[in-house]
Amino acid sequence: MNNEMAVIEMPNLALVMPEMFLLGMTCVLLVLDLFLNDRNRIITYLLAQLTLFGAVVITFSQMGGEAVTGFSGSFVRDSMGDILKIFIYVVTAIVFLYSRQYLQLRNMFRGEYYALGLFGVLGMMIMVSAHSFLTVYLGLELLSLSLYSMVALNRDSEASTEAAMKYFVLGAMASGMLLYGMSMIYGITGSLDIKEVGSYIANNGANNIILSFGLVFVVVGLAFKLGAVPFHMWVPDIYQGAQTPVTLYLGAAPKIAAFAMVMRLLVDGMEALYVDWQQMLTIMAVLSLALGNVVAIAQTNIKRMLAYSTISHVGFLLLGIIAAGPDGYSASMFYVLIYALMSTGAFGMIILLSRAGFEADTLDDFKGLNERSKWYAFIMLLIMFSMAGVPPTVGFFAKLWVLEAVLNVDMVWLAAVAVLFSVIGAYYYIRIVKLMYFDKAEDNSVIVADVDLKVVVSANGILMLVLGLFPGMLMAVCQQVLA
Amino acid sequence: MITLADYLVVGAILFCLSLAGIFLNRKNVIILLMSIELMLLAVNMNFVAFSAFNQDIAGQVFVFFILTVAAAEAAIGLAILVVLYRSKQSINVDDMDSMKG
Repeated sequence: MNNEMAVIEMPNLALVMPEMFLLGMTCVLLVLDLFLNDRNRIITYLLAQLTLFGAVVITFSQMGGEAVTGFSGSFVRDSMGDILKIFIYVVTAIVFLYSRQYLQLRNMFRGEYYALGLFGVLGMMIMVSAHSFLTVYLGLELLSLSLYSMVALNRDSEASTEAAMKYFVLGAMASGMLLYGMSMIYGITGSLDIKEVGSYIANNGANNIILSFGLVFVVVGLAFKLGAVPFHMWVPDIYQGAQTPVTLYLGAAPKIAAFAMVMRLLVDGMEALYVDWQQMLTIMAVLSLALGNVVAIAQTNIKRMLAYSTISHVGFLLLGIIAAGPDGYSASMFYVLIYALMSTGAFGMIILLSRAGFEADTLDDFKGLNERSKWYAFIMLLIMFSMAGVPPTVGFFAKLWVLEAVLNVDMVWLAAVAVLFSVIGAYYYIRIVKLMYFDKAEDNSVIVADVDLKVVVSANGILMLVLGLFPGMLMAVCQQVLA
Repeated sequence: MITLADYLVVGAILFCLSLAGIFLNRKNVIILLMSIELMLLAVNMNFVAFSAFNQDIAGQVFVFFILTVAAAEAAIGLAILVVLYRSKQSINVDDMDSMKG
């Protein structure tokens, strides 16, 4: 018995400082919120922002150096994880900032949004730093359970609750698939540790029917979470049904975490099965690009349109992973970071144009925006150009580097398909620009919004241009952490 | 003698039943929730069988975590169900069509 006890060592707690800080602060926020009345609710919001800021500081101070694993190999801190985490904090902070006014105007400004949002961030951090199947699963579930409840946040809306139910059923099923695949892989390799799984497969060959079976289930589970075709059915309904601040939240940072999950499971864990998962991802990427871009053209609801646009962006994200190697992975990482910023910008504009009792969520609401405000029409133009991939915005470079990585591994046809569908996709982004500049406005009300929202939305749009002019720095960071 | 393969077959059958329950069921949302639980139990069966076969305890630890998460998931699922029933006065799967898709 004594010998058994001696094996258990004190884990290196410094490793999980950001996670512990976030968890502690979220619990404080949860309790504090109980003692606040609605007039002082702003304190909850400020505390949430402070928490995210503190997490940035802690993660930043730990940055650099070799990858360190802890907690018996179930947790890893490395440079890729640090960069992804910092982006998750920043994007979530922007999301909270955009949401504040919207929630206040609709009497939905409650502590739950921030508590659940922060627990979701914690789940994402665990996913990013996971080094065993168990931690991947627990991080994923913490994120998913927060998201299910956030989608149902507006209890009285039929669309929201219906979307929450659909999301719950499909999300739980995806988790089940992922787990089933993990159980197969665990059975063959005899380990839950991602690194040990990787070395077992590399040493004992990939020709094992149960292993391939497990891989298929894991890829299906991942595809569900990413929203890649043919496992995309939930995306449009949830984007449309959820309240705009929730859509904003679940469309941005969780994509970064999903990218990390793909990297950990497929690349770190099963790189030896590259040929198998590459084929599956190729099919999904082509279908996502095709369906996402084509169906988006038919949409009149802008949230639904952005949902289909997300599907096509996921296709692009997968292209980089298919290309593999440091080039492909860093191009994918760059893409997902830029995508998170673009999508917050687009939903931020919807929130900016919405006011009490009015949702600016149809394409018609953007008609003649140029007459109402030249500046915000220009900001929206930058975001839409960036999504479409028009130079000199940063979206162009994100697409360019992914395509370059694909071309470097001689998959010319795949790059051609991607370019073709991007051109088709450009139509519906440019259509918004046309609506803004060349159509008559249907309502001429002045855009009313708080200063912080106005400033950050503007900065978000300008950032697309600035990053487009100087894309090298962020790309160098991505290459460095994945080298 | 019950072999590993027997356990895996039982797990696979449970898994297929739960998938069928999710896709074929057009009546009641509660049956969907039951199917999801069944799916997690099928996974547990696999984990325990492999864990015993490999003489490795990690798989059984995983099962405990899955059971715990399944409880949390059921709580959230039922909560969403109650909210859904309040707004729609129905828990029929076919009624969940206010958005196309």
